[in-house]
Amino acid sequence: MPVSPDLIRPAAPSTDKRWKLVEATMRRMGNNPRGLIESLHTVQEVFGYLDLDALRFVARSLRVPLSRAYGVATFYHFFSLRPPGEHTCVICIGTACYIKGAPQLLAAAKQELGVIPGQTTPDGKVSVLGARCLGSCGLAPAVVYDNDVAGKVTPQGLRERLANWKSHVS
Amino acid sequence: MSPEELEQIADAERDRQAKFKHTIKVCVAAGCVSCQSESVKAALEKELDPAQGGQAESGCQVKGVGCMGLCAEGPLVAVGNHTLYQHVAPADAAEIVASLDRERVSRLTCPTDVPFFQKQKKIVLENCGEIDPERIEDYIAAGGYTALMQVLADMSPLQVITEVTRSGLRGRGGAGYPTGLKWSTVSKAVGEKKYIVCNADEGDPGAFMDRSVLESDPHRVLEGMLIAAFAVGASEGYIYVRAEYPLAVKRLRTAIKQAERLGLLGNNICGSRLSFHLELRLGAGAFVCGEETALLASVEGRRGIPRPRPPYPAMEGLFGEPTLINNVETFASIAPIIRNGGEWYAQIGTEKSKGTKVFALAGSINNTGLVEVPMGTTLREMVFEIGGGMAEGRRFKAVQTGGPSGGCLPEQFLDMPVDYESLARAGSIMGSGGMIVMDDSSCMVDVARFFMDFCMGESCGKCVPCRVGTYHMHGILTKITQLNGADYDIAQLDELSDLLKNTSLCGLGQSAPNPVLSTLRYFADEYKAHIEEHRCPAGVCKMGDGNGSGLEPFEAESSVPVAPAGKESTE
Repeated sequence: MPVSPDLIRPAAPSTDKRWKLVEATMRRMGNNPRGLIESLHTVQEVFGYLDLDALRFVARSLRVPLSRAYGVATFYHFFSLRPPGEHTCVICIGTACYIKGAPQLLAAAKQELGVIPGQTTPDGKVSVLGARCLGSCGLAPAVVYDNDVAGKVTPQGLRERLANWKSHVS
Repeated sequence: MSPEELEQIADAERDRQAKFKHTIKVCVAAGCVSCQSESVKAALEKELDPAQGGQAESGCQVKGVGCMGLCAEGPLVAVGNHTLYQHVAPADAAEIVASLDRERVSRLTCPTDVPFFQKQKKIVLENCGEIDPERIEDYIAAGGYTALMQVLADMSPLQVITEVTRSGLRGRGGAGYPTGLKWSTVSKAVGEKKYIVCNADEGDPGAFMDRSVLESDPHRVLEGMLIAAFAVGASEGYIYVRAEYPLAVKRLRTAIKQAERLGLLGNNICGSRLSFHLELRLGAGAFVCGEETALLASVEGRRGIPRPRPPYPAMEGLFGEPTLINNVETFASIAPIIRNGGEWYAQIGTEKSKGTKVFALAGSINNTGLVEVPMGTTLREMVFEIGGGMAEGRRFKAVQTGGPSGGCLPEQFLDMPVDYESLARAGSIMGSGGMIVMDDSSCMVDVARFFMDFCMGESCGKCVPCRVGTYHMHGILTKITQLNGADYDIAQLDELSDLLKNTSLCGLGQSAPNPVLSTLRYFADEYKAHIEEHRCPAGVCKMGDGNGSGLEPFEAESSVPVAPAGKESTE
């Protein structure tokens, strides 16, 4: 008797336990195509980014074409297709931060690390990202250093923090 | 759960709180958390805990509460109802605890008899800064879920809709569509199943009203959605919230679990025929998803790309079924309207814009933060009284409302009342409530370029006018901010604006020219100085400088191709 395709579950790309979490999310969404974004959120949460193996696995499990999974992953800014650096520095470039000096912060980050938002330093130490708005406008200009929001950041303060990360040997 | 049981929970919670002689409230919304309010809270708790070497000051509770409004002065700590401390550090805990029965600590005191607090009228924010957002009991003790009980026990769906219509409430997401009318359309629509969607995808840069409401009083939004579900006959709901708001997501998850446990969500709520299930969906950073059809596509797990309307979501929305979509603030206004009646709400505000509106005040003013004012408050009151005037004594130049879809209004509009119609007439929009004040150090051409850069990056690419039009307008504005503009550029901007406004598929493209049009209208001399005299009056733009004030091109992370197959395996 032919096996219904519905019963065939693709195997996880590796034995990494974190795939269990991804599988749990997909199961919660009924392995339905409408769970695509939620599943990608889980992948990014546990692995830090989405690679091709992950996209393939999720696409197959939810029975959507790989092109659609790739389309969704590249459409939304929140998803990253490259591994993040050891540290991340998110500079808010919302309106309030922009008029209070975010451009100077971007310039300082570029001067210090030589990267623009969206890039990671070649040694993989620091990623610099730009955010549309963190919603911390009362603290403008705001920067998130590895999940810690800092308010009223000066270019000098930013450079010191980045220099510290750069020189820190892990 | 019956009304009596709800009353019991409320009484028990009030009794519990009445036992404490003092209550110290620490703001634990995102603004204050980012200035370490959580360690302030821990320090206060330690001071009061004899086991940890603190003073055995009994009869005092430390409570985490939502946003108190004055975000720029955080961390904020309130003692009782009359004392507010600002810029509190963990080291100040001992002094605050020691002062409980004595004089307040004057060094930290934040005056509360100022217009910032006096001029506000809090309806949506009534519980913000008062209750613990992570305890449903606290919300119930403050009168929460009584509106739901009232609706389930004594009202028909039609009566609920009539009450909302009578209140004159209009969509707080920005467009201002009458809420009662929308509810009535969805209730009349025929479908196998109906859905309620709460739009919490607050993408406007410079706006944080929805985030504060969700972080400070999540149950209020749930209650509004439940009442809406009863009114339109929906059985499932989604809250579409930005993934960039982790604290709001966490508090919503907690709130949903608590409501389920008490039987306020689920099947046959409170023994009635209402069954309602609620789930969260996380946005993934796309501004266009604030547009309703794009949002629905995203909830369905697809790319957030709008589709032509009609059919409107009220007829054919989520999964092809009738769907009611409202903004966070709209849902948050529902419970008070039911409790106090539509007439009461309609008395507040102006003739066509009723009630109150929450604004996120930011930019070059002294009091940045979250405020709620009656509709019809003038911009002057907002900026110079509530906002405390210009920061660093600078000169007022413009106020920007509505984010990238709104406009910049100059000094001559300061006495204009803030309501949907007046703002639209002046060439801006109400928007979701971001209000950014700019001083003379901001170049308006550069601001217009900033917003166009945003719209260009956020255009979903489906329709040509928006995809190509924003690109070209951005190019022209960049040229002008490099002081290389030509005479015909203005005419071309006008022409492109007209094209985008009239031919784009969704609101993003239709409103993208607003910042350009409003600055062209009110700050024409600045454009002229850039083009004819090759100088920037504000001193922001420099000749040949890549991007006005030096903002680098924004490389979206996702525009990078995936590494070739087989590479970069996840260990």
